Amino acid sequence: MTMRPIGDDDLQGLVDERLEASRRREVETYLDDHPEARMRVARMVGLREEMRAAFAPVAAEPVPARLNLARIVEARRRSARPAWQAMAAGLLLLIGGAGGWGLREVVSPAPTGIEALAQSASMNYAVYAPDHTRPVELAAANRDELAGWFSARLKRPVGVPDLSGSGYRLMGGRLVATPQGPAGLLMYDDGHGARFVMLMRPMHVPGDAPMRPHTTETSSGYAWAQDGLGYSLVGAADDSVLHPLADAVRRATAKSL
Amino acid sequence: MTDMMRLIEPLIPALRRYARALLRNPTDADDLVQDCLERAVGRWHQRQADGDARTWLFAILHNLAVTQMRQRVRRGAHMPIEDTAEANLAVAPTQESGLRHRDLMTALDALPEEQRSVLLLVTVEGLSYAETADILAIPTGTVMSRLSRARDRMIQLMDGTDAAVPAKRPLLRRVK
Repeated sequence: MTMRPIGDDDLQGLVDERLEASRRREVETYLDDHPEARMRVARMVGLREEMRAAFAPVAAEPVPARLNLARIVEARRRSARPAWQAMAAGLLLLIGGAGGWGLREVVSPAPTGIEALAQSASMNYAVYAPDHTRPVELAAANRDELAGWFSARLKRPVGVPDLSGSGYRLMGGRLVATPQGPAGLLMYDDGHGARFVMLMRPMHVPGDAPMRPHTTETSSGYAWAQDGLGYSLVGAADDSVLHPLADAVRRATAKSL
Repeated sequence: MTDMMRLIEPLIPALRRYARALLRNPTDADDLVQDCLERAVGRWHQRQADGDARTWLFAILHNLAVTQMRQRVRRGAHMPIEDTAEANLAVAPTQESGLRHRDLMTALDALPEEQRSVLLLVTVEGLSYAETADILAIPTGTVMSRLSRARDRMIQLMDGTDAAVPAKRPLLRRVK
């Protein structure tokens, strides 16, 4: 009977105890005639045991409270509620029609300028950032197409900032509606599942506006204007993350214009 | 929901072990596992119902770890030396076994990232070659070759000899 030649995969399989019994016997026979290979296998088995022993204590440790799954599920449910409630409230205003519109003036005067921009950005963050199906319409691969699309609809040259230097990956973007007209929305992620959006639209007032923070119940952001184009960066992150990122965006857009 | 709890919960100790082996710093490792669990909870409904929960979770964890390790490299951030040594070892390096343990960790650190993950998943986590290939999104043949290279390299580094490496595959080549 001719036997399949013994290869390195067989030796690895022997070490990991993944061989069929018949093949294992063939490999064992081979090792009887090849002491060098047998030595190597023995050393590899030794390594396997050393590695298992080295990391075994970690799995035996009690699981810290913050990794308690029930807690994670509960925290998620709690944090999801306010965003949904905020959106429901927004929806009611829309459905409310004339009555709702009148009421809206009483409850909160319509924001203008940077404030309006910040509000649009926060609303779009609340809608698109948690989206699993289609958070962006054009993916990052179509960066040029995105820039072209935004530039055409915002009627001025608009760049798509590259934040990979700060550790943020462009996911893509889409055109969105705001009370002041079309706006470009870009989405970035930090590689840990945290998403950030940046909204851009032309301002009524030309020129620059200084950067200022804004917050909602579920997100925070920074908004500013540069040469008549308004920007707002929004995420569910601390100031310590958002502020440097907003600065990075401002630097990037200043360069691209 | 209860299905999710039942399938994910028993895997948490192993996820912590893999994260710790990759990142070494216990706090960083648990941060990573927390990220992984939060994502898993959020995406549970997106996962294929017939898919294996273990490979799915390990893949999420692995991808998060790789991103983090690359960011570390890019930012030039590295752990202070006192953190890498005694503080993060599971065994205090006071006796023979401790020194051996430190050699093991040093050798592991010296492996290329893609070899290290294969070696850890197969050896420490006891995953099959096919499962490991799934998690890392590479062909099984690549798992095998990385595994073989990782083992030879580890042994060479730990024993300070290449006696265990077959002569037909020299690790050092003479440069003329």
